[in-house]
Amino acid sequence: MSQFIAVLVDGIVYSSWLFIIAVGLTLIYGVMKILNIAHGSLYALGAFTSVTLCTMWFSGGHDAMGSYAMLLLAAVLVGLVAGPVIERGLLQFMYGKDEVVLVLVTYALFLILEDLIKLVWGVDPLFITGPNGESPYSLLGNFEVAGLTYPNYNLVLVGVAAATGGALAWALAKTRSGKLLLAVIHDREISAALGINVGRTYFVTFTIGAMLAGVGGALTAPTVSVVTGMGAEVIVLAFAVVVIGGLGSLPGAALGALIVGLVRAAAVHYFPEVELFSIYFVMAVVLILRPKGLFSGAEVRKI
Amino acid sequence: MLTRLLRVALTGLAITAVSSAPALAQQKTSIKIGFVTFLSGPASGPFGVPAKLAAEGIVESLNAGKGPAPYQIKGIGGLPVELVVIDEAGGATKQVSEYRTLVQRQDVDVVIGYIGSGDCLAIAPVAEELKKLTVFFDCGTPRIFEEGSYKYVFRTRPHATMDAVAATMYLLDNRPAVKRVSGINQNYAYGQDSWNDFEATIKAMKPGVEIVTSQMPKFGAGQYGSEISALIASNPDVIHSSLWGGDLEAFMLQAQPRDIFKKSQLVLVAGEPYLHRLPGKIPDGTIVGARGTNGVFAPDSALKRWLVATYKAKSGGLDPNYPAYSVAQAILGVKAAWEKAAAKKIGSATPMGAAKNVKEEMEKAYAPPTQEEVIAAFERNVFDSPSGKVHMNLGKGHQAVMGTAYGSTRFENGVVKVGSIKYYDADRVTPPEGVSSLDWIKSGFKRTK
Amino acid sequence: MRIDRNSIAVVLVGVVLLALGPVLPSWAVSLLNVALCYGTVVLGMMLLMRTGIVSFGHGLYYCLGAYAAGLLDHFGKMPDMLLMVGAGAVTAGLVAAVLGLLLAKYRDIFFAMLSLAFSMILYGLLVKTASLGSTDGFNVAAKTVGGIVIAEDSVRIVVYSLAVVFATLSAFLLHQYLASHQGRLAGAIKDNELRVEYMGASVKAAVHRNYVISAVLAGIGGALMAVNIGHIDPEMTYWPQSGEFVFVAILSGTGSVFAPLGGALVFEAIRSFAYEYSPNTWQMVLGITMLLVMIFLPGGLWSLFTRKRGA
Repeated sequence: MSQFIAVLVDGIVYSSWLFIIAVGLTLIYGVMKILNIAHGSLYALGAFTSVTLCTMWFSGGHDAMGSYAMLLLAAVLVGLVAGPVIERGLLQFMYGKDEVVLVLVTYALFLILEDLIKLVWGVDPLFITGPNGESPYSLLGNFEVAGLTYPNYNLVLVGVAAATGGALAWALAKTRSGKLLLAVIHDREISAALGINVGRTYFVTFTIGAMLAGVGGALTAPTVSVVTGMGAEVIVLAFAVVVIGGLGSLPGAALGALIVGLVRAAAVHYFPEVELFSIYFVMAVVLILRPKGLFSGAEVRKI
Repeated sequence: MLTRLLRVALTGLAITAVSSAPALAQQKTSIKIGFVTFLSGPASGPFGVPAKLAAEGIVESLNAGKGPAPYQIKGIGGLPVELVVIDEAGGATKQVSEYRTLVQRQDVDVVIGYIGSGDCLAIAPVAEELKKLTVFFDCGTPRIFEEGSYKYVFRTRPHATMDAVAATMYLLDNRPAVKRVSGINQNYAYGQDSWNDFEATIKAMKPGVEIVTSQMPKFGAGQYGSEISALIASNPDVIHSSLWGGDLEAFMLQAQPRDIFKKSQLVLVAGEPYLHRLPGKIPDGTIVGARGTNGVFAPDSALKRWLVATYKAKSGGLDPNYPAYSVAQAILGVKAAWEKAAAKKIGSATPMGAAKNVKEEMEKAYAPPTQEEVIAAFERNVFDSPSGKVHMNLGKGHQAVMGTAYGSTRFENGVVKVGSIKYYDADRVTPPEGVSSLDWIKSGFKRTK
Repeated sequence: MRIDRNSIAVVLVGVVLLALGPVLPSWAVSLLNVALCYGTVVLGMMLLMRTGIVSFGHGLYYCLGAYAAGLLDHFGKMPDMLLMVGAGAVTAGLVAAVLGLLLAKYRDIFFAMLSLAFSMILYGLLVKTASLGSTDGFNVAAKTVGGIVIAEDSVRIVVYSLAVVFATLSAFLLHQYLASHQGRLAGAIKDNELRVEYMGASVKAAVHRNYVISAVLAGIGGALMAVNIGHIDPEMTYWPQSGEFVFVAILSGTGSVFAPLGGALVFEAIRSFAYEYSPNTWQMVLGITMLLVMIFLPGGLWSLFTRKRGA
C-alpha cells in the first residue's frame, strides 16, 4: 500500500514537471503548427539563466527567499528576449512552409543554440547554491508521506503546473484574445480575412511558448546540475507527452503528462528493468489505438 | 544537365587530387598528436575539457623542457609536440570517420584519446588497419583487450573491473555486517557493467547478501525522484552508484534533502572529480574512488606536484581530477616509449634522462625512431606517472596495470576531505592475462588460470 | 526497364566512382564510402518524401540492417559481405512489411512520431541487451565476398567498391521505380490522396509499398555502414540519427536520385571539416548551413542544377 502511495506521489510530481515542459510545446504547435525542437534549447536557456541570476543574487548577500524571484525573472527574460528574437528574426520568414521543413528549421535552431549556450556558459555542470549551501530546492523544508520524505519544492512544481494549465484554459475560454486565438487555431485564413492580426497572434504565442519553456528550465534548475545537452534529453520526452495527448491540445498535454508520469513511476517501483522504454511503449500503444492522440479534433477533408 | 554534372564531378576530383598531392619528404620537425576528447555533451564538463586542459598544459610544459625527471628532454625525444584536438561527441560511427581523417588527412604521428568505451572498441580495429599508434587514455571497458589482440593499440590506464572489486573490499572491511545491497546506475554499457561487476563481486565475497533493488535510470535523465523513493522504500544498507557528471550531481542534490543517506552507506566508484564541486552535499563517510591512484589518492611525488602546478595554471586554480591524471599517463607513456626507442637507436644503454649526453644527443642530432621501434619499446614498458609506476602488463603488453585506492569522505571547514585511504595492489583487483573479468570474479579471484 | 538519360548517368557515375577508388587519397575514399552508405538510406527518405510522408524513425531500419549484418558475423560466423547486405535488406524489409500495415494509415507528424516511437523501442531493447554490448555495441568485419576471401590489404577498396555498386544499383532501380506507373503514384498521393482513390488506385497499398522499399534501402545502407565502419551500436536508432537522415534529405532535395547521394557527400564533407576546423562549434556550423539551404534553396541543393537548366 505504501509503495502504491509512493508511486502516486512520485508520478504526480513527475507529471507536473512534464506538463510544465510540454505545455509550451503544445501551445505553439496548436497555434502555429510548428513542432518546435528548439523548445529544448529554450528550456536549457531558462535553466542556465536561472543559475546565473540566482548565483548573482546569493553573492549579493540578499535574502535566500529572493532566489525564487530570480527563477521567475529568468523565465520571463528567456520569453521576452529569445522568443521575439527567434520569431521575428527567423520563424516569420518560414510561415506557410511544409510542417516538416518547419520542424527542421527549429532543429537547425536547436543545434545553433546548443553551441551558443556552450560558448556562453561553458561545459561544466552548474548548480544553484548559496554561500551556506542554500538552494531554492531545499529552502522550503520537507513533507512526509507513507514513510518517505519529499522536499516541499515538489509541491511548488505541482502548484505551478496546475496554475499554468488553469490560467491557459481560462484565458483561452474566457478572454477576448483567447477567443481570437482559438479562431486562428481553427482556421488561419478565415481569421485573417475577418481582420484578426495573425502575425501578431503568432508573435505573442511564440513569446508565451518560449516563456513556458523558460519556466520549465527555471523550475528544473534548482533540482539538477545544469549541463549542456540537457535540452536534447528533455525534448523527446516532451514530444511523447504532447503526441500522446494529441498535438495542440491543452487537456491532452495534461492527460499525456499524467499517464507518462504515472507509468514511469510505476515502472521504477515495480519493474525498474523496463523503465528505459516505458514511455515510448505507451506512446506507441496510444498512437495505435488513437492515431492522433487522446484529444484530437476532427480533420477537414481536402478534395 | 548530364555534362554539367560530369563537369562538376571532375572539377571536384581535380581539386581533391591536387590538394592531396604528397608533400615533399622532409626532416621531421615536430610530433603531431591527434587528441580526441569530449568537447560537447554531458561528458565534456567532468572529463572531456579537464582532459583537454591537462593535455595542453602538459604539452606546453614538455615543449619548454620543464618536465621533471625522468622527463626533462624537450617535447618528445627532443621534438616539439603539436596537438590536434577533435570532439569525441557524435557516436562511434562518426568517430571512426574522424579517426580516419586524423590519420589520413592530418597525418598525425600518434592518436591519444577516447573516453567512451564504445568509441575505443570501434577505433581499435581501425587503428590496426591504418597501422597507427593509438593510445586510449580513459575508456574503461575490459572488453578491448579481452576480446581482441592489437599491435598498434595501447591503453595506459587500468580497466574498470578493479573499481568494483576494490570498492567491495573496502566496503566489507568497513561495514562487515552489510546485508541489503542496492544500486543506482545509468542505463548504458558502463553503468550496467559497473553494477554487474559489483553485484558479482559482493555475492562472491560475502555469500548471502540480498540485492534489494537495482535502479537503472536513463543516461542524462536528470529527474530521480521516483528512483530515490524506490531506494528509500527498499531500505538498503548500501547504495552502489557509478553515476558521474551532471547525473551524479542531480542525484545528490535531489537525494540529500530526503534523508536517504542517514540509513544507507553510499559508494561512489567514480566520485572523486565531484568532491570539490559538491561540498556539503556529499554525506560524511561516503566511500569514493578515482579509478586508480589518481587525484587525492596519488602518492606525493615530483611528477604529481608538476601535474598539479601545470593544471592549476591552465584551469585557473583547480586541482587536476582523474581524467587529467589519465591524460598525463597517456602522454608520458608515449614519451617514455618513444625516448626509450630513441635512446636504443642512439646506441646508449643508459636509461632515459639519466645521462646528460643522451639528452643532448637526442635534442640536437636527431634521428627519430620508427613507429615499429616505438611500439616495441612501449610493449611491457614500465614508466613513471603522476599516479605512480605504470606497468604495461596485460593485453600482451598493451594494457596498463596499476593499483587503486578507496577512501571515505569527511566535510571539514567547507571542504570535502578523503580519509582512511586504503591502497589495493594491482594483483588483488585485476584479473590475470587471458581471463575475462566476470569469469575471474566468479572463479573467486584466482590468480592463475 | 527504361533506358533514359538519367539511368545512363547513374551507371556512368557508378563506373567513374569505381575507377576512382584506387586513385583517390584514402581519406577521400573513406569520405565517399560513408557518403554512399548514407546516401542509400537517404534514397529511401526521398521516396517517402515524394509520397508526402516523413519518418523521424528511419534509424530503426538503418540500425536493423546493421545489426542483421553484425549478427551474421558475430553469431552466424558468416562474414560474407554480400550475405550481410542481403540480411540487412531482408530484415529491414520484413519488419517494415509488418509495421507498415499499421503506419500506412498515418500521415504528417503522427506518422513521424509513431515511427520515432518504434525506433526508440528498438533503442531501449538494444541498450538492455548486454550480450550485444549494450550502448557500446560490437565490432563487425566482412571477410569474404560471395565466398571469395578478401585479401587483407585490399579490404578498404573492396568495401568501397561494393558500396559503390550497391548505392548506384539502388539509385538505378529506384529511378526505374519512380518512372514506373506505381512509382508515379507517389507524387499523386502527396498532392491529393482522395483523387488517387477516385482514380481506382489504393493509397494504402502504395504507401505501404513505398515504406517497405525505403526501409530496405535503409537496411542496405545500415549493413554497408556496419561493414564500412566496422562497429555498430544502438546510437544508429537513436532519434538524432533519424533526424540527420531527414536533414540530409531536405538538404539534398527530392528532384532526382542523384540528389540524395550528392547531398550525403556534401553533408559528410561539411561535417568532417567542421569537426576538424571548428571542434567547439561544429553543431552551429551544421545548423547554419541547414538554415541557409532552407531559406535560399527551398528545393534543396538539387535545385541548383534544375534552376540553371531552366534558365
